[in-house]
Amino acid sequence: MLLTDSDWQAIELTVKLAATVTVLLILLATPLAWWMARSKSWLKNVIAAVVTLPLILPPTVLGFYLLLAFSPTGFVGEFTAAFGAENLIFSFWGLVLGSMVYSLPFVVQPLYMAFQNIDERPLEVAATLRAGPIDRFVSVVLPLSKAGFITAAVLGFAHTVGEFGVVLMIGGNIPGETRVMSVQIYDYVEALEYSRAHIQAGILLGFSFVVLLSLQLLQPTSTQRRGRKNGG
Amino acid sequence: MEDKHDRDNSLQLSLSLAYFGQTAGLEPFCLDADLELPGSGINAIFGPSGCGKTTLLRCIAGLEMAEGEIWVNGECWQNRSTFLATHKRNLAYVFQEASLLPHLNVSQNLEYAVKRSDVNSKDIQQHLDSVLDMMGVESLLQRRPTELSGGERQRVAIARALLVKPAVLIMDEPLAALDTQRKEEIMPYLEGLGAKTDACILYVSHSMDEVAKLADHLTLMDAGKVKVSGGLQRVLANVDSPLQSREDAGVVLEVVVQGRDEQWGLLTVSFDGGTLFLADKGEAVGQRLRLRVLARDVSLTIHNQEQSSIANRLHARIEAIAPSSSKSMAIVQLSVGQSKILSRVTHRSIAMLDLKVHSMVWAQIKSVAIAR
Repeated sequence: MLLTDSDWQAIELTVKLAATVTVLLILLATPLAWWMARSKSWLKNVIAAVVTLPLILPPTVLGFYLLLAFSPTGFVGEFTAAFGAENLIFSFWGLVLGSMVYSLPFVVQPLYMAFQNIDERPLEVAATLRAGPIDRFVSVVLPLSKAGFITAAVLGFAHTVGEFGVVLMIGGNIPGETRVMSVQIYDYVEALEYSRAHIQAGILLGFSFVVLLSLQLLQPTSTQRRGRKNGG
Repeated sequence: MEDKHDRDNSLQLSLSLAYFGQTAGLEPFCLDADLELPGSGINAIFGPSGCGKTTLLRCIAGLEMAEGEIWVNGECWQNRSTFLATHKRNLAYVFQEASLLPHLNVSQNLEYAVKRSDVNSKDIQQHLDSVLDMMGVESLLQRRPTELSGGERQRVAIARALLVKPAVLIMDEPLAALDTQRKEEIMPYLEGLGAKTDACILYVSHSMDEVAKLADHLTLMDAGKVKVSGGLQRVLANVDSPLQSREDAGVVLEVVVQGRDEQWGLLTVSFDGGTLFLADKGEAVGQRLRLRVLARDVSLTIHNQEQSSIANRLHARIEAIAPSSSKSMAIVQLSVGQSKILSRVTHRSIAMLDLKVHSMVWAQIKSVAIAR
């Protein structure tokens, strides 16, 4: 057997975590990025900075603060306790929340860029054709920013797969609950099981390469982009 | 802002709004327009670039927020307490360029409008066919906006606007981005548009040619203010209007083709003030034409000069004499039957011929152009 049961468990958990985080992040980042791209408020610069923070903060710093927040006396911990929910530390949903913070900029940024590239004119045209705000978003903004959504989803997924520091700080190492691939590789190395580490590391390396290659292929070529700008 | 209550007049658009633009890169600009227009036909809004025409249209459409009131056929679009969002206003908008949704092909662009309009689904197929035919876009249905010429794009945009049967059809210089050839290609589609739809068409232009060909009603704007507004003939013939300082000042006459003279290649046309000859370009007898008579082409004589090479001579009464912008020239307004024409003559001629208001003269029209 090339992969042990515990390896499979880690892979499955990683995919489940990344998928959950990606879906939730797209839902959260779409309105946020839209607001950032359209708002003229000074507040958007502050929000943009906050959203970008996880990009440069060391994961351990992020993990540290999340740990404090999730603890029974932290503000998230008190909140979940009030609703009778389980403690978030060392739990899958704690990981989901932490990963969402960690991957937020990777989802917001491509959406923000895509939304900024959309001219005001198609939206005005749609409005004069009786399309209300939500209708305009679905029928004009979404199709015009399709590439941005794909990029955001791929980056969000891939970045979550690759996280380590945050997981270690708030998730620990519970098989089937918080032991994702990156943590397991660390375990193998600690235990000097290099061959096992090799396999898992190889999978992640291959995955990352495929992701970047597919993003490259997804980029509209310059002629396509020019065509879109002149469209209509 | 004064209150307007034109609720019961179902064919009038009255608006009165003040706007203080803050768009980056543009000078602060004040639009202070108080306007009442007929609720149907082509209402041209004419003025130099930057006079606020586009801003006025955008305010009417609700794309810019201005203070004031807008009432359309008795329905309030905007007043102190109401501001109908653009998508709730019964209008259609043809922009100067880039009116089509770039991610949809022509057919999908048309569908986009139909799906959201309140046009009765029973009538839609017939309406669709007639609009496609009127604008000549059947052969373009599967093309993408990038595969259309500028003129085709505008025809599709106009077709799409007509499909929703709007109360107000806004056209913001729909021909300005086209070259002369494309303009001529699209013109036939625009002529008669006013008669084919119930909409109040707001047609912004800075080309007097287009206005003379298309408009029923004319509003002159300058520096964000409405200068004159009224029926096309009346505004064009108004000696006090700022138009009279233009080189192409003149009037339009609505005439009917009476007959043709094959030998000389001439057409006889009649209007309520008499008969005119013009070059025959194949118009059918009985056809209605719109003629443009420029003030600079009309000269005045006291007696009928039968020996003249100028065939078009009309007995006219002087209604008004006004100095035009230049020191030497004056504008004379004449009435011929119920129609008014203008003549640009020198002050010197006025003195030499002793021209006075109410005196009778012969107006010689050097050339008559068909506005077409």
